Amino acid sequence: MASGNEFMDTALGLGLVYWGRKALDLPTRLPTWDRWLTRLWQPAAVIIVLGVVVGGPVVGWFDDLFIGAMMALGAAVGWRLRAYRPAFWVGVGLAPYALYMVLGVLLRLSGRDVLHTLDSGGNLETLLVLWTGSLFFVARSQHKTLAAEAQRRLEAEQEQRRILSQNHSLEHEVNQRTAALAQQTDALRTTLQELRDTQEQLIQAEKMASLGELTAGIAHEIQNPLNFVNNFAEVSSELAQELAEERARPTRDPELEAELLADLKQNLQRIGQHGKRAAGIVRGMLEHSRASTGERQPTDLNALCDEYLRLAYHGLRAKDKSFNATLQTDFAPVLPLVEAVGQDLGRVLLNLFTNAFYAVRQRQLAATEPGYAPTVSVRTSYRDREVQVVVHDNGTGIPEAVRAKIFQPFFTTKPSGEGTGLGLALSHDIVVQGHGGALEVASEEGAGTTFTIKLPV
Amino acid sequence: MKILVVDDESDVQVLFEQRFRREIRSGALSFSFAFSGEQALDYLHEHHSEVVLILSDINMPGMSGLELLRRVRTEAAPPPPPRVMMITAYGDDDSRRQALALGADDFLTKPVDFAALKEKLLALPA
Repeated sequence: MASGNEFMDTALGLGLVYWGRKALDLPTRLPTWDRWLTRLWQPAAVIIVLGVVVGGPVVGWFDDLFIGAMMALGAAVGWRLRAYRPAFWVGVGLAPYALYMVLGVLLRLSGRDVLHTLDSGGNLETLLVLWTGSLFFVARSQHKTLAAEAQRRLEAEQEQRRILSQNHSLEHEVNQRTAALAQQTDALRTTLQELRDTQEQLIQAEKMASLGELTAGIAHEIQNPLNFVNNFAEVSSELAQELAEERARPTRDPELEAELLADLKQNLQRIGQHGKRAAGIVRGMLEHSRASTGERQPTDLNALCDEYLRLAYHGLRAKDKSFNATLQTDFAPVLPLVEAVGQDLGRVLLNLFTNAFYAVRQRQLAATEPGYAPTVSVRTSYRDREVQVVVHDNGTGIPEAVRAKIFQPFFTTKPSGEGTGLGLALSHDIVVQGHGGALEVASEEGAGTTFTIKLPV
Repeated sequence: MKILVVDDESDVQVLFEQRFRREIRSGALSFSFAFSGEQALDYLHEHHSEVVLILSDINMPGMSGLELLRRVRTEAAPPPPPRVMMITAYGDDDSRRQALALGADDFLTKPVDFAALKEKLLALPA
């Protein structure tokens, strides 16, 4: 070691110090020590200058001392930083070599250079160099591992931060969406309420529309009994007049007087009957237009069918004078009363009859069958605790594709403006939901349609 | 003079019998009644040429008055053909035109003015 340029080791050692400071990151790990280490250039400079100017063994001695001190410092730093494994191994690597150097200098100083004598071949120093070098290598690979780990940790942290910020933005987005959804829900709720209101109005409109269809029929129905009331009243006053005249005669005819009296009495009864008939029709009309109370009462379906069949027929006739149809009724002679909302079931029947008349009218208007006799029939029956009302027409029939849709609200095959498309939908609701019954349809295109109302008794 | 009244309301019979009781009693007029177009045709088939006048309602279930009129006017019957008066609650021009086109002799609207009807009937050549 102590040969050639005696100060080269010092320069090398100084270089190693500067390199080691960086490698072990001393400015942050050991700032105070590092400050001192940065000043090592001063003694190194002195040695190098001495080496250049003076030269000789003294400089070599200083040079060895400097290197030994550097190594000892390195070993101390390694010990001080032992928690940091690469520094620890650097320390362990340097410590024996430092001991060797310092010991060498001290022995030389004492004049007994035993070490150089013993290690004249340089084997021990070579061994120390190898030791130090391998531990440097160990330290380096550990440093690399640690750095890679730190990098991984950093990346993981970054990833976590990224996820965190993503979570934040997601949360924000979710909040925004939630607010938007809440708003939409509110809007939908409002719309639903509006739809419900509209539905109510439509049901009322449908009721009024069917009332409109009825009006003419009702007028006709009322006019007949009213005509009878008027006629029988008039003719009765004539009879009374005749009776008075008869009684004033000198020769009275008791038989004729009795006949006149009997007629008068009968006429008064007829006036009463027709008056009641008119009142009944008006009552029915009012009931139809009033909102349903939904109260079930024992109802005579035969009477209800008869009433609404006539109303529907005359209603259609009033609009279309050339229309005529045969009405057939086949009422079960003994039909139990059904717990029903008469007004609601009346609407169902009116609807079925109106449709039936419409169907036979359409077939008649097609005018392809000369002998065609439009016929609408209604039959009632009772079996197995169930009352059935069967409304049949020999009209156009319902095509299969249409049959599936007829109970859907707003579905209509009538020209626009003629049907609300609610009639059968409401009828279905009334029968099924309102009365726990069933409303069934059977139809053959070109042959006719049969609607069956089934009501539990 | 025999008159056939066709109306689906049965009280029409009582009404006519009372309204025209003097004429019936005196034998000036005689009434028969049918309660549907079909019944009226059957009656006419059985009583050929007895009926001088048919008074028919138009609006009846089954065969309408107009259909009855058409059948009376198209079916071969021994002369003289009966006169036909149509009566309807719907006194619209359309029905009137249709009735007259089918060969009705007169067209009355409900409520029937019995005084006027009586005059018309009595004015007819027996």
